[in-house]
Amino acid sequence: MKKSALDHLLDWSGRILLAAILGFVLLPFVVVAIASFNDGAILSFPPKSWSFRWYANAFEYRDFGSGLVNSLRIAAIGASIALIAGAGFAYVFNRYDFMFKRLLNTVLMSPLIIPNFTIGLGLLILSAAVQLPRSIWLVIAVHVVIVLPFVVRSVYVSLKNFERRYEQAAESLGGTPLHVLLTITLPLLLPGLISGALFAAILSFNEFTASLYVVNQRTQTLPVAMYNYVREYADPTLAALSVIYVAAVAAMLLLVHKFFRLEKVLNVD
Amino acid sequence: MSKRPFLGWFASPSILIAFGIAASFLAIVQFSLRAHVPGALDPGGFTLDNFTTLWKTVYGKAFVTTVLLCWWTALFTLLIGYPLAYAMVRAKSARLRSAILLISLTPLFLGEIVRTYSWMIVLGNRGFLNATLMQLGVIDRPLDLMFTMTGVVIALVHFTLPIVVVMLAAALSHIDRNLERAATSLGAGRIRCFLTVTLPLSIPGIVAATSTAFAWTFSAFATPQMIGGGKVQTISTLVYQVGFASFNFPLAASLSLVGLLFTIAVLALFNTGIRKLERIGAH
Repeated sequence: MKKSALDHLLDWSGRILLAAILGFVLLPFVVVAIASFNDGAILSFPPKSWSFRWYANAFEYRDFGSGLVNSLRIAAIGASIALIAGAGFAYVFNRYDFMFKRLLNTVLMSPLIIPNFTIGLGLLILSAAVQLPRSIWLVIAVHVVIVLPFVVRSVYVSLKNFERRYEQAAESLGGTPLHVLLTITLPLLLPGLISGALFAAILSFNEFTASLYVVNQRTQTLPVAMYNYVREYADPTLAALSVIYVAAVAAMLLLVHKFFRLEKVLNVD
Repeated sequence: MSKRPFLGWFASPSILIAFGIAASFLAIVQFSLRAHVPGALDPGGFTLDNFTTLWKTVYGKAFVTTVLLCWWTALFTLLIGYPLAYAMVRAKSARLRSAILLISLTPLFLGEIVRTYSWMIVLGNRGFLNATLMQLGVIDRPLDLMFTMTGVVIALVHFTLPIVVVMLAAALSHIDRNLERAATSLGAGRIRCFLTVTLPLSIPGIVAATSTAFAWTFSAFATPQMIGGGKVQTISTLVYQVGFASFNFPLAASLSLVGLLFTIAVLALFNTGIRKLERIGAH
């Protein structure tokens, strides 16, 4: 069938609209990249002269370094705890009936709708009430609460598509429950466990609002350190750091896309 | 042998965390009912004063601002996100689909600070947008984008877009293409086919995406805080200010409690909508 003039018009306006929207998505990152090479301490467009010095500054600024270490530690420990608790819950929720099952589910998934500032405030007040110190473990607790629902979801989806016959075969051949769990169930669930833990770690690494309520100078995370920097200085150091951040995340996503295909991970295939 | 092996082992960690969540919720409820003692971090006796204080105009205004932000953000995010999701699912070349997917999803993994800071550089008085427009001679005075609702909405749309695109793309990818083929073979043009088949079938996805956009905007803090700069006061920025500038944690607690109840009410409304739509879809 030959394309009519209207079809051509539709095709082209669609392409222009798509280009405009993608431009909107990319615009802030392009601008921040330009700004990061601006030599002056005050931003100007286009930059009058160029330099790399804000990148050097971003690497030397001590709060960013300690913030990065804190964030990595919190993300690693928090995601591990969330993985153990979340996978365990997804398993019993999928397999068993027990008392207060629905209630437990509602409470654990509630951080999906409770705003992060409320979660941060709640755990801050609670920790003060039971006189817990504002240590890194308080920050980790906040992160576990926030990322847990995502781990539960990811593992639960894997369990729903699980082929129970492999377990039944192993059982009928005399495998103990522990043996079946370790040699059949866990290996088969591995993709769901990995993607859940990965997602939890990324979310935790980026979390800002709730962290702001519970960190102190010693435990501040990278996003909090970045926020405090903008409030104190107007130079483009943060632009340089943002470029590094964006590049690292984009590289990681490209890698994930190559091995897992993002369409599958996000269920938009 | 127990019929439910590992039940205790597997459920205990999550039960512990659930108790933590419930306890922190109770802590907020408890604090919202306590008096504020100026200069002291410990709250005073029980009172309902915090909730009567909330009737003051500042707090009412923050509620109105938050709801307006949610509404405009959801509207523009849908208008921009729908074509993007459509292209992501339907583009003929696999390479283009991958490119759209990566470009629109990368921001999802960047966190609020990097994205908001980037928008500050775009929207500022000496920022990219104003500098460019002034050099082109389109305007002769910088546009007020920082510290305004417009600026906050622009940044919030960018913030909410990825998750909305994911949800819309998921809905669009599950539509049976045969229905569209049937419409076209019966003589419907592309526009008519879209308006009478594709769009109606994606409405449940649109409603779900809208409710998520609402929840994200409601809980957004860095964007209204940094771009609004105190001029655009939302519930999230007000809770932080009341808590950490005047150390009135009882009032901060009651404010977040009312905000939470409001969120739950709105999301429940959306959920009923989705369920009704699904029932229509089933018949």
